[in-house]
Amino acid sequence: MGLSASGEHRTVSYAPEAQEGWIATRLDFVVNWARANSLWPMPFGTACCAIEFMATAASDFDLARFGMERMSFSPRQADVLICAGRVPFKLAPIIRRIWQQMPQPKWSISMGACASTGGMFDNYAVVQGIDTIIPVDVYVPGCPPRPEGLIYGIRMLQEKVKNERAADKGTRDEMEPDPTSQLYIPPSVIDELGEPFGNSVNQTRSGL
Amino acid sequence: MSRFEVVHTGASAPAGQPATLKRLSHRGEAANPSAQALQQKFGDAIKRVEVIWGETVVYVHPSTVHDVIRWLHDDSSQLYDFLSDVTAVEYRDAEVPIEVVWHLRSLPFRRFLRVKAQIPKGQPLEIDSVYDIYRAADWLERECYDMFGIRFRGHPDLRRILMWEQYKEGFPLRKDFPLRGRFSRSEQLRQALAQNPEARYSMEELSIADAYAELPQDMRDRLNTGERTGE
Repeated sequence: MGLSASGEHRTVSYAPEAQEGWIATRLDFVVNWARANSLWPMPFGTACCAIEFMATAASDFDLARFGMERMSFSPRQADVLICAGRVPFKLAPIIRRIWQQMPQPKWSISMGACASTGGMFDNYAVVQGIDTIIPVDVYVPGCPPRPEGLIYGIRMLQEKVKNERAADKGTRDEMEPDPTSQLYIPPSVIDELGEPFGNSVNQTRSGL
Repeated sequence: MSRFEVVHTGASAPAGQPATLKRLSHRGEAANPSAQALQQKFGDAIKRVEVIWGETVVYVHPSTVHDVIRWLHDDSSQLYDFLSDVTAVEYRDAEVPIEVVWHLRSLPFRRFLRVKAQIPKGQPLEIDSVYDIYRAADWLERECYDMFGIRFRGHPDLRRILMWEQYKEGFPLRKDFPLRGRFSRSEQLRQALAQNPEARYSMEELSIADAYAELPQDMRDRLNTGERTGE
């Protein structure tokens, strides 16, 4: 598929004593601890997943327990983009611009079936997965996911943040969608991902 | 007859009157009195009147539909002052022409009328706009154009409204339009990402025209030279 990352961009497992000194690894630990516990989400809610996201942020499930008490409605103060809901093609340049406006370090969560794959909207108007537009760290399945599911995805993202290393520049590189970058998905792969499957194969019949 | 016929339903209904509206038969309900008035006024231009589930459908010749709706709106015995919807129907049967549909409502007389015009096969999909009668027709006709490709003559700003303006694949609700669009996914994505949503709009549409005096001088200068806010 051409999607496997090269060695230098692979997430490095956290083995401090083997590679770097004690001070550098402790510094990584402190920075990652601070980052993982103060992720400010940029909610990009377009559909019913956003309702579940609001329930997650409300008092019953209380996203503030995980350091996300502040919804950052400005992308310039946000750390993690949570795309909750389907993204039509008309919104594609907008979500990409929001992603570009967010400062590093930044992560993204694709919440729900529609944001991850297009879901049931296998038609002319809906993007078949936001990973064709922006890089995604965690996919949360569900239609929509329950708040527990989203919280599990956020915990997974926190694990990822805690295992990052400042020395690994590859994870923080801004990679434009050019063919030499690791984030580039060639058109053939996008077409392959967008191929019909399951019952939706029959929907291509136009009736004439 | 009073202009307002109040129908009591639910708890406010008097004893003996059913609490729900009466059962309607598929055909054979009484027609909206506007239909007969239209037939007297316009004669042959009114091709057919149907009553389906108690709702009156008037088929009008496409060239007279603007006059008909103008009369329905202005005449003191009709007063259709509310345009609910403008849409179109294309049937799977290729013999049946495309219909343009107007949903009109008369608030003073509590009437609902559905006006349809069939655009004959082989003719260009054009019909008169009713924008000069109802301002509400602005976006409704734009949507109808976007989805079906019907051009409304006299519309002040007929361009796409749901799909982006550079959309090249056609008109999605037409029967010959494949569900997934005409282009491949990667081409659709490339074109979608190439759209520049900010480049098109004028100052008025961005609603900063009212605040023009409060803008900084350099921004006013740039706007005066025609610079867009997009890249």
